[in-house]
Amino acid sequence: MKFRKIFRTAWEGLMLNKVRSFLTTLGVIIGVASVIVMLAVSAGAEASIADQINALGANLIIVAPSRGIPGASKTLLLDDAYAIGKQVVGITGVSAEQAPPPQNIRAGGTTLEAIPLIGTTADFPDVRDYTVGEGRYFTADEDDRKAKLVVLGAGIATDLFGTESALGQTITVGTTKLTVIGVMAPKGLVADVDYDGRIYLPLNLIFQKYMPVSPLRADAVRTIYLKAESQDKIPSVISQVTALLAERHDVDPAKPDFTVQTQQDIIATQEATTAAFRDLLAWVAGVSLLVGGIGIMNIMLVSVTERTREIGLRQALGARQSNVLMQFLIEAIILSLVGGLVGVFIGVGGSYLFGSLGTMRTEIVPLSIPIAFGAAAVIGIFFGYYPATQAAKLDPIEALRRE
Amino acid sequence: MNNYLIEITGLTKVYGEDDAAVHALAGVDVQVERGEFVAIMGHSGSGKSTLMNIVGCLDHPTSGQYFLDGRDVSQMSKNELADVRNEKLGFIFQSFNLLPRLSALSNVMLPMLYNADDVSDEESEARAIASLTSVGLENRLHHRPNQLSGGQQQRVAIARALVNQPPLILADEPTGNLDSKSSVEIMDILHGLHKGGTTIVMVTHESDIAAHAGRIICVKDGKIISDGRDGSNHCLGLHQ
Repeated sequence: MKFRKIFRTAWEGLMLNKVRSFLTTLGVIIGVASVIVMLAVSAGAEASIADQINALGANLIIVAPSRGIPGASKTLLLDDAYAIGKQVVGITGVSAEQAPPPQNIRAGGTTLEAIPLIGTTADFPDVRDYTVGEGRYFTADEDDRKAKLVVLGAGIATDLFGTESALGQTITVGTTKLTVIGVMAPKGLVADVDYDGRIYLPLNLIFQKYMPVSPLRADAVRTIYLKAESQDKIPSVISQVTALLAERHDVDPAKPDFTVQTQQDIIATQEATTAAFRDLLAWVAGVSLLVGGIGIMNIMLVSVTERTREIGLRQALGARQSNVLMQFLIEAIILSLVGGLVGVFIGVGGSYLFGSLGTMRTEIVPLSIPIAFGAAAVIGIFFGYYPATQAAKLDPIEALRRE
Repeated sequence: MNNYLIEITGLTKVYGEDDAAVHALAGVDVQVERGEFVAIMGHSGSGKSTLMNIVGCLDHPTSGQYFLDGRDVSQMSKNELADVRNEKLGFIFQSFNLLPRLSALSNVMLPMLYNADDVSDEESEARAIASLTSVGLENRLHHRPNQLSGGQQQRVAIARALVNQPPLILADEPTGNLDSKSSVEIMDILHGLHKGGTTIVMVTHESDIAAHAGRIICVKDGKIISDGRDGSNHCLGLHQ
């Protein structure tokens, strides 16, 4: 018996009960589609996290006090940033930042409550790849002089002045009157921070006016950002910064009271988190594929029972055990392969659909397609084999007698 | 090769073991020549079905020899028996055993699916049409079994039995599910086949049907109690 004929027989067997065949396949369709969609969703999540972190600025190196070391949060100083700027080779800019408690701001009749303030040095727009939309940023000299200047996030400018230009206006931040010299270009949410909803002040002005009286040194900063000249300068910059700060802080470079990270480090950390999430999704999808396979086995067993007489008749007409085995095995394989194929299409289509809805980003993992399809094929063989052997084992006399 | 199509000697079939052993066949010897039309009669439990299953190569005997068309089939493997059934035997069942969702044509094409040589689709269709034509169903090729009368369904089954041109036709109560008019039709077809030289072995418990055969074998308690060419009368004692 040629394969073509076995295949046709199996196909006819399935076509005799189209609705059932379709419903049986549905389990595999859902399984395969969900493997592809879930992997696409988690890959999309990873990619958007990476994008967000990259949006902090290109070739960025982030220096922050170590968490969990007592007193470390007051050891990173503005002077450290100046020292880095003077001594480290291979950087184009240094920006130190500090964030005091939010303040109410007022302009004319409008008051905005609890607006985040960020004190920065003059290199901030350059280091963080954050352009000034209108007007200008303050200079290093103005920062040193604690000039009473402010640059507004794009959202704040709109909230306070509407369509009117904010430049040259005076706003009251807390109790101090400041002059608006610039408005940042819109940037939106980056890593859950609303850049447009903040205002940017000279760091030294922040130290003088807005830091609460606390055990913190008045000139402590929460982060120093460095911009390396290029990607390949990053390792050298990291080791220079580590050595310099360890010396300045008088600590062992192997056990520093600060951390020096690149975006890649942060992305890697994030990926470790999302990998667990992705693995969980993949397992759930895999289990649904398995359930689909069990569905095939279940229906094939029912089918063998229902078609006992047919099997007996085929045996009487000269079908060998292997012919019967192959007929039912191929039925199961067709079910799973067709399910796999349809599942791939639905999975790919569904991934695009979810992506285009805009609420989540999806990126199809190319490898997930052959893996899901291959798993469906294996499931067809694995779960189809047992019912097929049950069919082949039937005794023709018994089978023909069955009602 | 001698002239016997079926040559059975010392055939026994025992189910179970020791004390629980049931001797379904307790030593059967029978020869059937080519071209004979033989009826086998007997009560249920007489062993006639067991005999028929062994003759039909669906079952192995416990002991004894069975030569079919010159080959010893009593010790063949299951696969060899399947090939023998395909090549040498045509089955006609009481309940027709047509596949309900397939057309008459597709039902008749089924045996050729399992032929050792790969028959082309065109050829198997042509052979199936010829076979259906020979039983007068050339206008019912694409009807499904439920669109046919009982007699027509049995004729499809006969066409299926004939399609591989086997030397032996086995008919198990071929008229058991049919009204008398259809029964006559079916017996006419079997007579026609017999005249054409086909060997037919038929199981029945109806003596008027058995009377169509040229020879009647009566089975009781796993043994042949009579074997004659004198019509059905000698078997009447069986039914008293």
